[in-house]
Amino acid sequence: MARRTPSLLRHLFRDAAGIVSPRSPRGRAEARRFVTYMPRPGDGAPRPVTLIPGDGIGPLVTGAVQQVMEAMHAPVYFETYEVHGDMTTVPAEVIESIRRNKVCLKGGLRTPVGGGVSSLNMQLRRELDLYASLVHCFNLQGLPTRHEKVDIVVIRENTEGEYSGLEHEVVPGVVESLKVITKFCSERIAKYAFEYAYLNNRKTVTAVHKANIMKLADGLFLESCREVAKKYPGIKYNEIIVDNCCMQLVSKPEQFDVMVTPNLYGNLVANTAAGIAGGTGVMPGGNVGQDHAVFEQGASAGNVGNEKIVEQKKANPVALLLSSAMMLRHLQFPSFADRLETAVKRVIAEGRYRTKDLGGSSTTQEVVDAVIAKLD
Amino acid sequence: MALGRLLQRASINQISSRIFPAFERSFSAAASPSEPIRATLFPGDGIGPEIAESVKHVFNAAQVPIEWEEHFVGDKVDPRTESFLTWESLESVRRNGVGLKGPMATPIGKGHRSLNLTLRKELGLYANVRPCYSLPGYKTRYDDVNLVTIRENTEGEYSGLEHQVVRGVVESLKIITRQASLRVAEYAFHYAKANGRQRVSAIHKANIMRKTDGLFLKCCREVAEKYPEITYEEVIIDNCCMMLVKNPSLFDVLVMPNLYGDIISDLCAGLIGGLGLTPSCNIGEGGIALAEAVHGSAPDIAGKNLSNPTALLLSSVMMLRHLKLTDKADQIHNAILNTISEGKYRTVDLGGNSSTTDFTKAVCDHL
Repeated sequence: MARRTPSLLRHLFRDAAGIVSPRSPRGRAEARRFVTYMPRPGDGAPRPVTLIPGDGIGPLVTGAVQQVMEAMHAPVYFETYEVHGDMTTVPAEVIESIRRNKVCLKGGLRTPVGGGVSSLNMQLRRELDLYASLVHCFNLQGLPTRHEKVDIVVIRENTEGEYSGLEHEVVPGVVESLKVITKFCSERIAKYAFEYAYLNNRKTVTAVHKANIMKLADGLFLESCREVAKKYPGIKYNEIIVDNCCMQLVSKPEQFDVMVTPNLYGNLVANTAAGIAGGTGVMPGGNVGQDHAVFEQGASAGNVGNEKIVEQKKANPVALLLSSAMMLRHLQFPSFADRLETAVKRVIAEGRYRTKDLGGSSTTQEVVDAVIAKLD
Repeated sequence: MALGRLLQRASINQISSRIFPAFERSFSAAASPSEPIRATLFPGDGIGPEIAESVKHVFNAAQVPIEWEEHFVGDKVDPRTESFLTWESLESVRRNGVGLKGPMATPIGKGHRSLNLTLRKELGLYANVRPCYSLPGYKTRYDDVNLVTIRENTEGEYSGLEHQVVRGVVESLKIITRQASLRVAEYAFHYAKANGRQRVSAIHKANIMRKTDGLFLKCCREVAEKYPEITYEEVIIDNCCMMLVKNPSLFDVLVMPNLYGDIISDLCAGLIGGLGLTPSCNIGEGGIALAEAVHGSAPDIAGKNLSNPTALLLSSVMMLRHLKLTDKADQIHNAILNTISEGKYRTVDLGGNSSTTDFTKAVCDHL
């Protein structure tokens, strides 16, 4: 727990006075709504959630989530919209729907390589200003991996950095790409990371950077992190260079707790951490902004799958199921979230119904049926 | 259109002939073992001198026809090179064409370039090659690693071109040129062919950074067409990271731009046991090869005969392979692997308690 310094108290009072602050997907108070132990009348009314099935295995796994939600009689209903990776922009009605509902569940969108279309995932994040991407990587009981005691949350800045998409050809054969780092974005992602750590009882925040080479850009990021770290004296803060970080992740992952990174390094670190903890098929995550949250499979590798998996319907629904549990917590239905998570963890621990990436040979439907059977 | 393709091909051939002339020379050098090949040796700082001694010892025992020219990092800045490395040292590497470098501590202060930067710029070192294979007998969590990372060393994100646009907004430029990408792709395929590797994978993020990584991929594809016997594939970097930590045996040769290469090569080093066991070689213009040990200079154990010379020994083996002295290289390589797998003589960092000299003697005995 952070010690109550005067500056921290002032910080909290500012939030309580109604100045909106970033939300953690693990369910904190929505703006102007207080968390009470007793549900108020009408809280059980079904909430609308935008659903984007996406490409490839997306429809398969979002279908799985819908089935499980039905079986649990969860108070959510889905407004489905078709978006595909090769569209030029995300349709306005989809954005409208997400702005209205404030919560979205999404399958993967395939971004074409080298083509002229800019990534729809990035567009969505910029439109809705979802500036924090969160991946929670942890060892699941019953799933053997090479590394034990992994429990890492990677918080990645989602809007700027290397993925600004600002490229041009200077002369034929020479191309430049701009990496933009601003104090504003670095500060807010650092604030989000420390708040997340504070509210979820996490002890350490590690900033990942390459400031020995990119002195100004990553230097600015680090400066912002250090400033925010001073306001949370109860949370340990340290910094690590990204290549050393990857080396440590594969040899001693238990030293990491919460990691805050700029855009590109976050992508790599999140996928590496997901890989060591069991694969991207089981790690939940989401993109969070000031007012909106989009939940999807945690790390981005393989979230569209390939044709073989789509044909044989052997995609792993666990990641999206755990992300939808995070979504339920965000919507303040903690008991449903707990039931879902427990059922999924029981199925994995038992080990009979596992898809190919976890070493088994079940289809998606078999895993979903097993989860529904284990719901209590 | 056809003229454009012709010019492109001509430029590729031009670049190839500039890169590989020294290979003909080293072929003829290997053919006459009576005349020793001169190589520059930078022992470096900290544990550097001890492990360099180890290498010299092993080479003597294996009767490798190499004559060392030792150079040390000076203690004052040479104005011709703007760093602590003298012009003579660099000239010696250029003349000999091969070198071996131990760990160098970076001197702090202003008014001079960093040592690595000096070497890179002056010798035109454009590719960093790091073979990573699991050492039999030294158990890590990954047993089946056998891959080579080839990283473009001169441009990309590490151009150092940054500026502050307005207060609180910083821009950093990532530059990818056709020439540099072609160069490193050429070397990667040449290396794969020369070392019997089946597959080359280009690692990129071209779905987001379309033009820059797109250009890199285009160059790799062009070179891949000239080597039809080698399988070529392209992997997005986040997929690559995940596959590496789940199943590293999926990869063979990886070729990457600068930043990804930095991260992935260190990740692969972590898979096999750390930088203390990883060899590395920098390839420069005109066929120069500078093998180096990428670990630090470990000043706390300097002079105590406790350091592990494996990284420098394996790097020197890479140097021998570059010189086409493959039988000597294999001999020393097998000796090192046998010593480590036997497990009787292991230095402190591998969990044993032998000294550097004991380990060296064991390697010599295994020859």
